[in-house]
Amino acid sequence: MSQAKDEDTVSITVEFSGGLEMLFANERKLSLTIPVKDENGERPNIAFLVRHLCDTIMKDPRKELFVLDDTVRPGILVLINDADWELEGEDKYEIEEGDNILFVSTLHGG
Amino acid sequence: MAYETVIRTLRQKITSCESQLQDLRRHLAEAEYQNQRQRALSHPERNVHSSADPLAHDFTHGMHDDFTSEIFAALSHSEEAAPPKRRWPLETTEYKRYGRQLIMPEIGLQGQLRLKKASVLIVGVGGLGCPAAAYLVGAGVGTVGLVDGDTVEESNLHRQILHSTAKVNMTKVDSAIVSLHSLNPHVNLVPHYGRLTPETAISTLQHYDLVLDCTDTPASRYLISDTCVLLGKPLVSASALRTDGQLMVLNNPPLPPGNAAGGPCYRCVFPKPPPPESVVSCGDGGILGPVVGTMGVLQALEALKVLTKEPSTSVTRSASPDPPSLLIFSAYSSPMFRTIRLRTRKPKCAACSAHATVTAEALNSGSLDYVQFCGTINPVDALGPNERISVDNYAKIRLDVNPFTGLEPSKDSHILVDVREKVQFDLCSLEGSVNVPFSTVSSTSSKVKNGPGTEPITEAGWVAELRQHVDKPIFVVCRMGNDSQVTVKKLKELGLDNGGQRWIGDIRGGLRAWRNNVDKDFPEY
Ligand SMILES: [Zn+2]
Repeated sequence: MSQAKDEDTVSITVEFSGGLEMLFANERKLSLTIPVKDENGERPNIAFLVRHLCDTIMKDPRKELFVLDDTVRPGILVLINDADWELEGEDKYEIEEGDNILFVSTLHGG
Repeated sequence: MAYETVIRTLRQKITSCESQLQDLRRHLAEAEYQNQRQRALSHPERNVHSSADPLAHDFTHGMHDDFTSEIFAALSHSEEAAPPKRRWPLETTEYKRYGRQLIMPEIGLQGQLRLKKASVLIVGVGGLGCPAAAYLVGAGVGTVGLVDGDTVEESNLHRQILHSTAKVNMTKVDSAIVSLHSLNPHVNLVPHYGRLTPETAISTLQHYDLVLDCTDTPASRYLISDTCVLLGKPLVSASALRTDGQLMVLNNPPLPPGNAAGGPCYRCVFPKPPPPESVVSCGDGGILGPVVGTMGVLQALEALKVLTKEPSTSVTRSASPDPPSLLIFSAYSSPMFRTIRLRTRKPKCAACSAHATVTAEALNSGSLDYVQFCGTINPVDALGPNERISVDNYAKIRLDVNPFTGLEPSKDSHILVDVREKVQFDLCSLEGSVNVPFSTVSSTSSKVKNGPGTEPITEAGWVAELRQHVDKPIFVVCRMGNDSQVTVKKLKELGLDNGGQRWIGDIRGGLRAWRNNVDKDFPEY
């Protein structure tokens, strides 16, 4: 499987739920390729992914609905392969090939 | 004219009958409650389990003889008579009513007895609370309390299944009690009118075994979670919006704050509230009935699982509860359901850790301001008076013949921009208006070079369109009059006002004000 893929990139799936998809042109699921090393030569982590999403993918100017103080805003859960990112090291988690990263905004309606 | 009078008279009659009906229902509920209390007192060993008159029911439908005689005995000799020995742990009618769940190993006799002994508080009797209450009452939970401060509105009925057309304007609590009582008269239903507040939270929740959060604001979610932690009650929390829903069982097991083996609370998962501008209500965002219904039904299911669970007796094999998880429902995704593993209790949680700052004293004294904690959005007040026009004045521009020139009013004299989302615009709109959805407005960058000769490379189509007809003033309208103001600012940032030569302003109060003051037939949705 890994033979065919570019050695310099990591392929991941990013998903949005709870209304966050509206900030990403109503796409609920994105297949992304990110560099295997970030701007400092480190392995890309979630913090890098959040910056990448905000700077390159997100066209909506309302960035404050996604990030606040350089991290995802309160009320958004980040789930790494179906587990709360707090179980995986939060934004320090180093992204691996094939990871599924889900951003969920809390809902309040009832 | 004659018809108008008839219609008005009929409307008045209906209104007065409805209010009479509502009074009667409230009296009925009170009488039933007193009746059931009396029976509970006169027959203390039997669980409080009915707010109905069982005799009336049984004379109509027939029932087992010894139950009838038992009731007569209970009613005729109140205190002195020793209660007759019971032959079976459940009433005969209960075997029949709950038979289909009784034969399931997940419930069984012990499970049903646990349900009968249990009490559940449902906070919020709306889209989540209605289906949740229906299933819990149907399943024979002994006592179900209902908290809500609202009255039934027509726009609730597509999803709030306990309410009905005839019960519009009735309190949601009364409406739900009428429906639930006819569903299962054996359940003790307790009304709590009004919203839950920090001052009333502990006294309201403390007598219940389990709580369902069926509310619709972040402030109430933090309040309910904090109170559940303080009182040691498991909490089943759900929410829904548009086509999505979320469900969590929190504080399960409900161990005291500081005990890391307890289940996480709402604050563990969401330590900080979301910014208020990111919170969307069902009224603004919309909601599909079966989506919120699904979540309410799932809350009832989780509640039944918690309530019927066998208590762990063995010290060596303490039954570990399911690991904390978040269920995500997404009606238009495949698969529709997803379960996410959640964290355990947060070591620094403000509510459930050893360092908790949320205390019963703080709650009771009212020093915890949940509304302030979650923040509020002030109504937009972005424009000066000369950038705004009232609906009445706008109506003159649109509808009146100019008294001096005798000229017909021309809708062509100006541009009316309606910034509601397209789906709302398609429902109803003012003739001649142009739709530029607010989401489009917001996602357009206002960093446009506007100097002579430096035409922006790619200007959004809608901006280019408005840039034409420089002579025509632009009026902006929306549903309530907030987005329109923000849009006016944006249009000016984009330089559409031609350096102040072209008037751009908003219609104050939006289409709601238009309906209230100008056109009564403009649909309300
Ligand atoms: Zn906590």
